[in-house]
Amino acid sequence: MDWITTVDHKKIGILYLMSGFLFFLFGGIEAILIRVQLAVPENDFLSGEIYNQIVTMHGTTMIFLAVMPAIFGLMNAIVPLQIGARDVAFPFMNAVSFWMFFFGGVLLNCSWFLGGAPAAGWTAYAPLSDIYEGLGMDFYVLGLQIAGAGTLMGGINFLVTIVNMRAPGLTWMRLPMFTWSIFITSVLILFAFPALTIGLFLLFFDRLFGGNFFDPSAGGNPIIWEHIFWIFGHPEVYILILPAFGILSDVISQHSRKRIFGYTSMVLALVLIGFLAFMVWAHHMFTVGLGPVANSVFAIMTMAIAIPTGVKIFNWLFTLWGGQIRFTTANLFALGFIPTFVMGGTTGVMLAVVTADFQFHDSYFVVAHFHYVIVGGLVFGLFAGIYHWWPKIFGRFLNETIGKWNFWLFFIGFHLTFFPQHFLGLMGMPRRNFTYPAELGWGDMNFISSIGAAFMGVATILFTWNIVVTSIKGEKAKGDAWYGDGRTLEWSISSPAPEYNFAQTPLVKEFDAFWAEKRNGNDRVTPAEPLGEIHMPNNSIIPIIMSFGAFIAGFGFIFSAENKSSLFVAAFGLAIMFGSMLVHSLYDDHGHHLIPDELKQKESKRKGAEA
Amino acid sequence: MSNHSAPFVPHPETATLEGKNKFLAFWFFLGGETVLFACLFGTYLGLTRDLSGVEPGPDQLFELPTIFAATMALLISSLTSVLAIIQMRKNNMAKMQFWFWVTILLGWVFVGLEVNEFYTYVTVEDFTYSSNAFASSFYTLLGFHGGHVFFGTLWILTLILQTLKKGINTTTAPKLYIASLYWHFVDVVWVFIFTVVYLMGKVG
Ligand code: HEM
Ligand SMILES: [Cu+2]
Repeated sequence: MDWITTVDHKKIGILYLMSGFLFFLFGGIEAILIRVQLAVPENDFLSGEIYNQIVTMHGTTMIFLAVMPAIFGLMNAIVPLQIGARDVAFPFMNAVSFWMFFFGGVLLNCSWFLGGAPAAGWTAYAPLSDIYEGLGMDFYVLGLQIAGAGTLMGGINFLVTIVNMRAPGLTWMRLPMFTWSIFITSVLILFAFPALTIGLFLLFFDRLFGGNFFDPSAGGNPIIWEHIFWIFGHPEVYILILPAFGILSDVISQHSRKRIFGYTSMVLALVLIGFLAFMVWAHHMFTVGLGPVANSVFAIMTMAIAIPTGVKIFNWLFTLWGGQIRFTTANLFALGFIPTFVMGGTTGVMLAVVTADFQFHDSYFVVAHFHYVIVGGLVFGLFAGIYHWWPKIFGRFLNETIGKWNFWLFFIGFHLTFFPQHFLGLMGMPRRNFTYPAELGWGDMNFISSIGAAFMGVATILFTWNIVVTSIKGEKAKGDAWYGDGRTLEWSISSPAPEYNFAQTPLVKEFDAFWAEKRNGNDRVTPAEPLGEIHMPNNSIIPIIMSFGAFIAGFGFIFSAENKSSLFVAAFGLAIMFGSMLVHSLYDDHGHHLIPDELKQKESKRKGAEA
Repeated sequence: MSNHSAPFVPHPETATLEGKNKFLAFWFFLGGETVLFACLFGTYLGLTRDLSGVEPGPDQLFELPTIFAATMALLISSLTSVLAIIQMRKNNMAKMQFWFWVTILLGWVFVGLEVNEFYTYVTVEDFTYSSNAFASSFYTLLGFHGGHVFFGTLWILTLILQTLKKGINTTTAPKLYIASLYWHFVDVVWVFIFTVVYLMGKVG
């Protein structure tokens, strides 16, 4: 019960991580199925129709339901601690964000059992998605619409939290890199997700109410979908990668016992990348026929992103340089990230060469490129962050031996899978085809690629195993879990953090506040206030009910294409949703207070447990 | 939190951290809304670039007098919502309520005029949602805005009820203030609609 009513950011973080991981397993199984199908030429393991559904769901699931929530999980679990806050700005809305994502994801996956999953690719290009594809597309539209609403709310919540709730003295130029990256990510969410919302609405109106946005025979234009989708979609990939940059900066500096090199330039690079992320969407459309001027401008903008990204790469290397590097699993993933991501970036610049893109477009070269970025970049980063912060979140370490097996299998499996795909792409193998003829000689490399995928599968099983065994008998973690090398505020409190995070709000005097205090001989961060009453929000059942209302409404709309009376179901769902919003706004919940005596007891119990 | 009896402050809307958070969050939210409407405008402009041969076209369809009336209703309602906020800052409950009621009524006049306009287009001109791409993008953009107006009136209404119960204080003031911001935003969007859809439709 506590878990479904919680408004505590740390628990919501765990909920995000768990459900993100669950969907990651779904997406992973889908990936394995794809790779089994493609392992040998002329395979008939999957039919073309099922293959299309699986590819579409794999991409959609991985992006929206697996890695995004994992990012949200880490940011919920860590950002408030890094900025010395007791909570996020809107704890209630935070719970709503989570449940909206969750029910959106469930809705999308219900399509498997109710007439087939969406099959127009994760990009849902019109007019295919608009005119030719069935009910599955309606699940795509509404599932993503609901999940997207949750994401947008989460983004706003974290923007406000980071702007308004930083501990005294924690100026912008002292903000930990992970928090910085989440801040920029949230800005991108704020400006990118509404575009997706509109795109989905237009598709929805076309499909259900007979609109003509993307139907050329009635004056519509499918290219509008592409523009809107990529105005969202390109920033989206930066929404994915920037948090990984943040994680990497924190992990590398802590596990090399050095201050991050070039902090200011790191921050500027983040801001610049965030800005450029919005200026390059048309590089997905070089072959559409926008004309040479547009293509050149977008090509140059795209290549420009390599500059701030290069700055970041060099700064990580300089941070490592001469550091006392500890090869923990977290750090291994971070180190594995660097060369892998550099390759993904290089192929990205290659794709930005317009004339070359006419050759690469929709080939396996593109598939290799974006997996190098999203898996070799983001997923490596997520693993690094999860191994790094796991003790902080759960109070126990993940097992390092299993962790290293996890890393090496995943790292080798990854390159085995995706490196050959560059060559397959250059040899002309198109993406989104369910099979290929034997004469073309693509069989061997595809087979290698599939073996690599199996390696990653095993690595994921090991990771799951690691979670299971360590939650039963893992090594307990202190507050400053990793060798006492913690630099930022989250390490200055016990592991896991108490419900109120900081008994006394910390006073930040320098960058890497906790490290600085330790260097000056203190074992804790100077408090900014005397021990006093702490105000805490109460749990609430409303977020889950509200999101469930959205879920029901989604069903109603989906089936209204076949049967108009299901619009009543939609109305009923909306009534639940707005009704619970109304209840929430009319009945103020003032929360509760923790009093100093209670706090003192709790704090000394924790100290005792650690000593 | 429980500051029902706290002394009145001149700017109750940003007196607490909670109020400040709401205030900031709302500005961010409006940033997102701007993108929403920008995409709708973009779509509308993209699809109406060439209306040669489309019957009825905007110049046959639009009736400037009604649209002018709707515009006036909405612009004046923005003013009355400002008056309401001024009264809120003076802790003058009755006058604040009065001005918010006027705002709501003007909002409803606007929505009524719009519904009537759509009704005429559909019945008289046979210009329905699925007539063509121009129709779809027109109704979507306008409907989206009209829906915002209608939602805004309901929102202000719940706040009126809430202040009846709780008065003006540092919990209710941020909400009232934000609702009025929202109302101005919706008004600004209308100015763009008026220019891009109606004026350019008539003239261009
Ligand atoms: C970890 C093992 C993974 C494997 C073996 C794998 C494999 C594949 C394969 C074979 C395709 C089909 C390419 C095509 O025919 O066009 C594909 C598509 C895709 N994958 Fe993955 N993938 C993995 C992980 C991920 C992750 C973590 C993400 C994102 C976070 C991701 C995102 C995508 C996307 C967006 C598509 C395109 C789907 C579409 O065309 O609609 N993949 N993947
Ligand atoms: Cu892009």
